Parts: sequence; structure tokens; C-alpha cells
Amino acid sequence: MKIVIIQYNAGNIQSVLYALERIGVSAIVTDRADLIQTADKVIFPGVGEASTAMQYLKERKLDTLISQLNQPVLGICLGMQLMCKHSCENNTPCMGIFDEQVQLFSSLDPKIKVPQMGWNNIHHLKTSLFNGVPEDSYTYFVHGYYATMGTHTIATTDYIQPYSAALQKDNFYGVQFHPEKSANIGEQILKNFITI
Amino acid sequence: MLTKRIIPCLDIKDGRTVKGVNFEQLRDAGDPIELGALYASQGADELVFLDITATIEKRKTLSELVNKIAHHINIPFTVGGGIKTEEDVSILLQNGADKISINTAAFLNPNIIQSFAKNFGSQCVVLAIDTKCESDGQWYVYLNGGRQKTDTLTTEWAKKAVDLGVGEILLTSMNHDGTKKGFALDITATLSESLSVPIIASGGGGNEAHFYDVFTNGKADAALAASIFHYKELAIPTLKNYLHEKGIPIRL
Repeated sequence: MKIVIIQYNAGNIQSVLYALERIGVSAIVTDRADLIQTADKVIFPGVGEASTAMQYLKERKLDTLISQLNQPVLGICLGMQLMCKHSCENNTPCMGIFDEQVQLFSSLDPKIKVPQMGWNNIHHLKTSLFNGVPEDSYTYFVHGYYATMGTHTIATTDYIQPYSAALQKDNFYGVQFHPEKSANIGEQILKNFITI
Repeated sequence: MLTKRIIPCLDIKDGRTVKGVNFEQLRDAGDPIELGALYASQGADELVFLDITATIEKRKTLSELVNKIAHHINIPFTVGGGIKTEEDVSILLQNGADKISINTAAFLNPNIIQSFAKNFGSQCVVLAIDTKCESDGQWYVYLNGGRQKTDTLTTEWAKKAVDLGVGEILLTSMNHDGTKKGFALDITATLSESLSVPIIASGGGGNEAHFYDVFTNGKADAALAASIFHYKELAIPTLKNYLHEKGIPIRL
């Protein structure tokens, strides 16, 4: 099986590669269109800022390439957000695979910190991405922006309000948390994605 | 619900984990990768690795160690020690570190905070502050591993650093570090209540109740400790179960 991690100007890509290695899966990190298109599974990770990431992807036509993939694709964190319709982070039009919008956490309570950083639990788990993952499991989040709830929501988390912890439409999956850093639960989710 | 985090800290010297008392008297505490993997399996929420002998010739050794850690550990980890330039940060992140921690270099040249935040994102920039309460009752910033006093108040430096873009503050009380008599609750709460970023309390954690206190009265988002974990005086599962039973949001 050929697993490709999309290389672009966002962080955390190595961590995903190492996490796959820990579960016995080898992957290649590349931005080459032919390698991405012929992969069995595509992972689109990322930590960073939406507008600079989208601009980078557009310049290399990776945004249209990703949208047109037919094999299972997993967006992680910023990767998932860029697969949504629009991000409020610097008012960035995104790929529009998911209809959900990406908004900034806004808290009237100064004790609630933004970005959210740490372990939070995920609820209402749907699809085989969460096979063997108990309801309310903890996963690791680091993000100031969140995807709203919508028809593509397959997991939810509460921080200030409920939002989409994971999205799915056809062959496209996205998780807001970092499975590559979410201990055994994260490894289970990565294994599930690899076997979709 | 977002949980409070328990973070074991591994001070690294020449590739080994060490721990001192009040920043001095170093003792060997084991292999950092083995210890880190053990803590991760026991339920540690994150790990911090601080290279306390970071020098230019050691930099390569550190990045190799970070790379090994990243291969073995499935929770987030922070690396600190002697980080001064964008290249330093870039090498550590490329080798798999999730966050980097800066201290003296950021105080002497606060511009690096902005450049690190802009290039790598605030979420990976942790500001470590070593602080000491002086006889005037004020908390001051100390540099160079606690050896050099400054005239800057910790509250002022922390606020400035957050404005410049740090994503988290690791606050170590030198008065409490190594004493096992509890964390510095007042300065931790002061920073946590006045700043928008998470505060990691460090220094003085000796038993379960100290952690409870720092999460309640100290308003800390995370608590860091070293020797009590290294010398098996307090096991992470025991600590987390205790906190959970006392109603603190904790990942079990």
C-alpha cells in the first residue's frame, strides 16, 4: 500500500510520518502530483496559518488536485480546516470539500484560553474512522479556529461551544485533533484510516 | 472538557536525564528516551526535555536525541536549551519536536519571539521563565539557569512576551524548585488570570495535594515536575487518579 503525506509549507509533517512508522506503516512525504494521485491513501497534515498555506497550495495547484482525489484523504488540524469552505483566519476561501465554516474561538470568559491547547474528549463518533475508539476518548488539540457543526460532522468536541472534531464527505476525512500525538487512541484512528 | 495536563520534565546533560535541587547538585536519573516512553505509557499528557548543557558542539547531539524521542513517543513534547536562532528552531521541529522552549535568549533579544511565532506559529513557542521571590515580596526574572538576577518583574516580562507571540508560559519558581513543598500558587495564579495563554507551573510539586492546589488555587493549566517522577516517589497514574477523584478534569 502506498501512503503519501502531502508536503507543503506547514508544520508537523514529520510527526505524522513518525506516527505511521510506529504503527508499522511506511509513507512518503511529497508534493509531486503524480505520486499523490497514484497513492492508496493521502494524508494532508498541517499546523500553521490558513491564508499563507492556501496561497502556497494554490500556486502549486495542490488545492484542485486534493479536491479531485478519489482515494481516502485525511486532513489533520489545519489540513482539515483548509478542506472546509471558508476560514475566518485572514478571511481565506478554502477548498470547499466540506460545507462547514472555520471560525475563531471567542470567549467572553477570560479564564477560557484561546487557542485551545491540550487533551479534550470527542463525542458522537461516527464512521469506521472511529472503530474501536470509545465515546468520550481524549485526543490532543492545538487550535484557535474551529469548524462549525454541520452535515459532515462525524465527531464533536466542546470548547466554549460544541464544534466539529472530525468531518467526512465521501472519500474525504478530516480531524481537528492530532492523531499523531494522541497516544494509543490516535494510533487507533490512524490504523482505521489506513484500513478504510 | 479540556483537561489539566501533567508534564514530566527531563533535564538532559550529555544525553542522560539529570535532576538537581534548587538548580544545583545534579544527579543521574536515567536514559531520557526510556523514561519518556515510560511516562507516555503511564499517561503523561506531554513531555518537556531541557538540554541544560546546550552548547554549539552539543547541538547536533541534541537534534539526534530529539529525533529518537520523536520516533518513540506518541504524545506531544517540548525541547529547550540554548535555542537562539530560527535555524535552531527549524532543526528541532524538523526532527520531530512539537514545541520549543526559550528562556534567556528571548529575554536578551525579545525580537526572536516575534520571528519564531511568525515562522513556526505561536503554538510551538513556549517561554520558560525562572522566577524568584525576593525579600521585597516581588517576583523577578532570572536568567542563565537561575544564576543571573534581573531587575525585571516576572509579570511584566510575561505580558510583554505574550504580546510578542509566545503560545505558552512555563513558569519555574526557584524558591520552590526541588523542595517538594508545593508549587508557587500566587505568582502562577497571577499570570494565569492575567494572560490569555496557558501557564505550566513548575517547581515544588512533591505530592498529589500540591498538584490539586496548583490546579485550583494556582489556576495552572498544566503542572510540571521531574524528580518525584524520576525517583518513583509519585507514579503518574496514582497522581491522575487522585486528581480525577477530587474533581479536576484529567485524562485517564
